[in-house]
Amino acid sequence: MAKKIGAFICQCGGNISNVVDVDKVAKALDDEDIELAEIETYLCSEPSIERMKEVIEEKGLDRLVLACCTPKMHLKKFQRVLKEAGINPALVDVINVREHCSWVHENDPEGATLKATDLVRGGIKRIEKSVPLETKEIDVTPKVLVVGGGIAGIIASLRVAENGIDCYLVEKEPSIGGHMIQYPKVFPTLDCSQCILTPKLGDVWDSSIQLSTLSEIEDISGTLGNWKVKLKQKARYIDIEKCTSCGDCARYCPVKCINEFNVDLDKRSTAYIPFLQAIPPVYTIDPEHCLYFKYGICKICQKICSADAVKLDDAVKFAEINTGAIILATGYDLYDPSVLGRYLYGKHPNVLTSLQMERMLDITGPTTSRIVRPSDGKSVKKVAFVLCAGSRNNEAGANRDEGVPYCSTVCCLYAQKQAILLRKLDIDVWIHYIDIRSPGTKYEDFYHHTQELGVNFIKGKISEIMPTPNNDGRLIVRAEDMLINRMIENEVDLVVLCPPILPSEGTEELAQKLKVPLNEYKFILESHPKLDPLATKREGIFAAGMATGPKDIQTTVSEAEGAAMKAVNFVSAKKEIEPNKAYIIPEFCNGCRECIKICPEEAITIIDEKAVINDLACTGCGLCVPICSENAIDMQSYSEEQLLAQIKGTLADSKAELKILVFVEKELVYTAADIAGVSRLIYPSSVRFIPLPSNARLKLSYILYAFANGADGVMFLEAPEEEGPVPEAHKAAEKIIEEYQEVLEDDYDLDSSRLWFSRIFVPDWRKLATVFDSFHQLIVDLGPLTDEERKELMQAWSKGKKLPQVQ
Amino acid sequence: MKIPYFPGCSLKTIGEGFEKSAIASAAILDFELEELPRWVCCGTVSSLTTDDLMHHLAPIRNLIRVEDIKETQLVTLCSVCYSTLKRSNALVKNDPEKLKTMNQFMDKENEYQGSVKVLHFLELLREMGFDKIKEKVKKPLRGLTLSPYYGCLLVRPKEFGIDNPEDPTILQELTKALGADVIDNPYQLKCCGSYHTVDKPNLVADLGYKILTYARNSGADALVLSCPLCAFNLDNRQREIKRQYPDFVEIPILYFTQLMALAFDLGEEKLGFDIHYVDPVPLLKEKQLLIDSLPLIKEK
Amino acid sequence: MSKTIRLDSTEAAKFAAKIQERSGEPIDMCFQCGECSSACPVSSDMDLMPSTLVRFTQLGLKDELINAKTIWVCASCFHCVTRCPKGIDIAKVAEALRQELLRKKLDYVEVRDLSMEERQEIPQIAIISNLRKFSR
Repeated sequence: MAKKIGAFICQCGGNISNVVDVDKVAKALDDEDIELAEIETYLCSEPSIERMKEVIEEKGLDRLVLACCTPKMHLKKFQRVLKEAGINPALVDVINVREHCSWVHENDPEGATLKATDLVRGGIKRIEKSVPLETKEIDVTPKVLVVGGGIAGIIASLRVAENGIDCYLVEKEPSIGGHMIQYPKVFPTLDCSQCILTPKLGDVWDSSIQLSTLSEIEDISGTLGNWKVKLKQKARYIDIEKCTSCGDCARYCPVKCINEFNVDLDKRSTAYIPFLQAIPPVYTIDPEHCLYFKYGICKICQKICSADAVKLDDAVKFAEINTGAIILATGYDLYDPSVLGRYLYGKHPNVLTSLQMERMLDITGPTTSRIVRPSDGKSVKKVAFVLCAGSRNNEAGANRDEGVPYCSTVCCLYAQKQAILLRKLDIDVWIHYIDIRSPGTKYEDFYHHTQELGVNFIKGKISEIMPTPNNDGRLIVRAEDMLINRMIENEVDLVVLCPPILPSEGTEELAQKLKVPLNEYKFILESHPKLDPLATKREGIFAAGMATGPKDIQTTVSEAEGAAMKAVNFVSAKKEIEPNKAYIIPEFCNGCRECIKICPEEAITIIDEKAVINDLACTGCGLCVPICSENAIDMQSYSEEQLLAQIKGTLADSKAELKILVFVEKELVYTAADIAGVSRLIYPSSVRFIPLPSNARLKLSYILYAFANGADGVMFLEAPEEEGPVPEAHKAAEKIIEEYQEVLEDDYDLDSSRLWFSRIFVPDWRKLATVFDSFHQLIVDLGPLTDEERKELMQAWSKGKKLPQVQ
Repeated sequence: MKIPYFPGCSLKTIGEGFEKSAIASAAILDFELEELPRWVCCGTVSSLTTDDLMHHLAPIRNLIRVEDIKETQLVTLCSVCYSTLKRSNALVKNDPEKLKTMNQFMDKENEYQGSVKVLHFLELLREMGFDKIKEKVKKPLRGLTLSPYYGCLLVRPKEFGIDNPEDPTILQELTKALGADVIDNPYQLKCCGSYHTVDKPNLVADLGYKILTYARNSGADALVLSCPLCAFNLDNRQREIKRQYPDFVEIPILYFTQLMALAFDLGEEKLGFDIHYVDPVPLLKEKQLLIDSLPLIKEK
Repeated sequence: MSKTIRLDSTEAAKFAAKIQERSGEPIDMCFQCGECSSACPVSSDMDLMPSTLVRFTQLGLKDELINAKTIWVCASCFHCVTRCPKGIDIAKVAEALRQELLRKKLDYVEVRDLSMEERQEIPQIAIISNLRKFSR
């Protein structure tokens, strides 16, 4: 079927037509193979839209080029209304002759008119090559998997279940509750932590949530929105259905081992329940220390259990579940401060971690909230807290032998909470800090309250703990008081270290399985730290709480609520797949796998020695396109044919003296250029834009083709490395252009300064004038390419073995 | 195996027992410590400014002497020499420009090529393995409880130290291999006062008091260390400590090589105890590690 | 005289830059946590704390710095160096400040100050290192 193209040129009530001679533009299009070129006063107005629909009907148009304001303004609307008139959205293009032309060339109407003509012609040539595209929709499994049964995971799964969505909660320990259940009180309210958390544990137990304790994710497969997750559940050796939690097994168990719930402060039986309100409310047998599993003897628990719940032949179980979304609520672990030998943790019994102090302060804890020196059981009169015992150390190595560089966020406040509880027992407390950080609701009040209770604050970090020279069990805390710049020395009974918060053990392994990137400190990386903090870099996988970094319970709960809602939203609708993906031309693919190596989204796989791109994972960044030596990759919406046609259309028949072709990243750089237009920034009219997802999509052949067809200079304007929508491609673009510059100079004898690279931030739009002015001047100085040079380039381009066949 | 060895000033004076016991013990382990010909003073402390190369000349001269005898390693016993030589060596190895400048000062010497590795004797021992050393022990130091002491330059700064700067174990490992018990002394890394012994002996006494008292109160019979300056400050300065702290109880100081010589049963004349301020002999006799009546093995 | 520190003094800035260059250390990174002082075995004998030494160097307070006893109390034991969370080698800063005086031949310790008795008793290693640190 013949392509029937219509062009409409908008005057924008003078905004365009006062500078650009639109009649001239329309006239210049006479030579083009189009059905009509019409001028409208306001193209976006109802009458104009009606007129377009009429013409479509009348002339049987199947594609339209609209020269008007920025596509960010009305393209979506045009596509929608013209779709009603039977035009596929991919066959409607907007050419920006306002922000990128009339408004920035007010001083140069003649140049602006030539430029507008070229841009529209480029648009027409491009749309000739466009093909209809459809947005695909896929179904999403309406289920959510929550990993981690601490406060974040509990809140998130309760919220998901409330919304009527099937929810799985997976916890690696025998009970849910996480670290929060280990705290006696929480700041700043000093609520009893167990009193506020226990009902939530019960809610999980009573809800539709499918709880799986002692379990971890073994493997994941499937695709976006439809994951298959394999769970591995360790044996409990006690039947959940039968156990009445009477506790006989624990009472009669002859073996005592380290009690991790009380952080090594006391012992527990190998048949145990971590805490009395545990959910599921059943006992567990710890095979690591159990006599039966070590020597095949004992079995007392089995004999004593009146409910017949002990099953020593229990085994590891695997289960497979389908889920549409995953929430990572994997929490934290405390850094092991014994690595920091100078604090004597693990060497001197009277040096504790803050988590041990939590347990000691707990009425259900190992000392029933009596504060004693572990060395001799004597009561404690004086306690010193070491804040930042490993945190905020920029010298920390990758192997973490000296702590971590970041602030662990919660230590200032929990140390004060513990100090308050100690003050209530009439114990002297000295808190050594670098800075007291208390941003958060009621936190500064809490700090004030701590001061009121007579807790002593000393600004000055403690570098080491020393026993007294006479070694009587007391510890010397020696520090500079930074407020008076004098040394102070203090003998105390107990030292409490506040070590760094780390991502929980296993986070890294899990992230690898899920292909979720981590940040430099091995916490889960947010999709965007400011604007999308509850999503990971992988669509459909969300995160909440300490999984993404240290934070207090308030924030954790807010995040859990938010992540739950995001997950519910995600699984409640069909997933739309935009038609902007890269695709493989299988006949050309030689299975070399170069594209697989470069794809930042791991969207490409090999099937039968041919690359296959997964539309669900592809972001359409274009990075894989130039890497393919066989030209076997192309892109929807930015195909090679479209680009070459647009390049030729924009340049070849131009009447302008000097032409600079600028490939602009279509989101951030394009927006910056729009703002420049709105702000009436002035730059040379030699500049002509072609938008792209990223300049990393460009092949060298396009550059040659541009020069051959009339470009005197070519520029890549790229988004900033991290901020753009496709960061890896934005990053790579700079390298790619450097390579091209070298080749131009070496192989084609072309001055490499004719090819320029720059990055533009949105707020940095003024830079555009500087960039264009100086590049324009440079090209003026170099002069236009000669016809001879262009001819050679064209020959080189068309001869190039690896160059594609265009018509 | 022959290895060039750099004695430095102290081993020829206050550290005589250190040198003798080291050479004799090394021989048991099949090392021949061969004194570097024409060695010069290492300068004792490194220059720490970026613009002072002059004070690195002496250490580099010594390293040139090693290259002159076609060797690639230089072993030291004194922590101070070790640190100084190692720092200067690292400076020129990491900075070819500085090496060039330094070589321009060498009139009579050959140019330094940067081929020498500076080692502490303890590193050699660790390399051969403490288990191997244990095999050579004839008279395990049973009943002797020791407090290891590292001080500064053996382990700090990190890039020029021989062990974890915050949690070293090398002396503990050696001591245990020789059959003695060790206590954990958190003061093992605290400075002895170093060169302040010249102008601030009271300060040195303050520091020594804590190190030694903790050791004593934690059940140690003696301190074991590796630096002659620490040895002077922690041994000879006990007189000042006693003056400042009347409750102070004296405690002997031993070099790790003296322990080795004892355990290898090499005879009292290799130990050089006569110049110690606090005589370790009564302690060692009490522990039956030195026995009066037995004839001492004569030097060949 | 006003005790206010003039932060626009070019002399102070020059001095700060000089010490920074001579020591080769990222002095500006210090955030005054005080860990160096806590680590220092001799800080109790200092008039300016090690942390203050770095702070004053940031501000280029030459007079306070070169008149401080601190630079002559430092034993270069490198405890602060292994502990500084910002990686500043304070021993090098102290050395750079000492050199400011020593290079003007303002020796802190001179051999002739030592008595015969001391010269005999104190080992060479101590005397040489002391003079290397405290004299020209």
